[in-house]
Amino acid sequence: MSAGVGNGLSTGAGTVRVGDERTTVVVEDLKRAQIVQYAGASGDFNPVHTDEPFATGPAASPSVFAHGMLTMGMAGRALTDWFGPEAPLTYKVRFLTPVFPGSTLSVRAEVRAVEGDTATVGLTVTDQNGVTVMTGDATVRTSEGARP
Amino acid sequence: MFARAIGDENPAYQGALTGEPVVAPPTFSWASAHYDPECRVRPRPGAPWPPYGKGGLHAEQSYTYHRPIRSGDVLSVTERPGETWVKESRKGGKLRFAEEISEYRDEAGELVVTACMTIVQREES
Repeated sequence: MSAGVGNGLSTGAGTVRVGDERTTVVVEDLKRAQIVQYAGASGDFNPVHTDEPFATGPAASPSVFAHGMLTMGMAGRALTDWFGPEAPLTYKVRFLTPVFPGSTLSVRAEVRAVEGDTATVGLTVTDQNGVTVMTGDATVRTSEGARP
Repeated sequence: MFARAIGDENPAYQGALTGEPVVAPPTFSWASAHYDPECRVRPRPGAPWPPYGKGGLHAEQSYTYHRPIRSGDVLSVTERPGETWVKESRKGGKLRFAEEISEYRDEAGELVVTACMTIVQREES
């Protein structure tokens, strides 16, 4: 089946169509403390994320930076807020540039294809300077019902 | 705790506070690092810290969800290497990419999540 424009899918809470898009701000002014919080929650205490002297010294970074997985985790909300927490079938991302403290991240999610009761969604995460820090795509089950 | 750390207040993740059955956020399986006895990114008594000389960078991550992770699940993970490839860097030199695939299974042995991490390292010339 082709997934052309207007090939919508009816769900209990709304219709998902190719080209539908949403932008979600997932963090404003990212704090070092949230990076540390994520280290504790995930078990990833890599010192490039948690230890400023290590980050700016041996790691030659301007400062500590967020785990890629923190960005991926925050961006996942764009999918689950829209389609529901049980909707994702696949979720794949590419980390393009480090995310430093102070960052404000927006996730633009766009429906690229609809086939049966699944949709393919493209994701682009940009910071407050318009730099794309992560791109990705996901397939989601739309039968759970898209949230308005 | 994981949902708090990613700033997600969806009530579907709040079971530890409400006692309601919950699902896990999509990237929750990453927290299995807590249960890896040989985890290199957690300070451990007697293990060298910092953990690397020159570490690679996390370039890509993907998940395939065979079903959502739900409260009460007991998952076991097996890891295996995936593909490797070399790419010319735009800044000159070579970049070596390597995949590590993690399969999370439930107590019945059914696949729940397949994760694939791609690490990139600059190849020493």
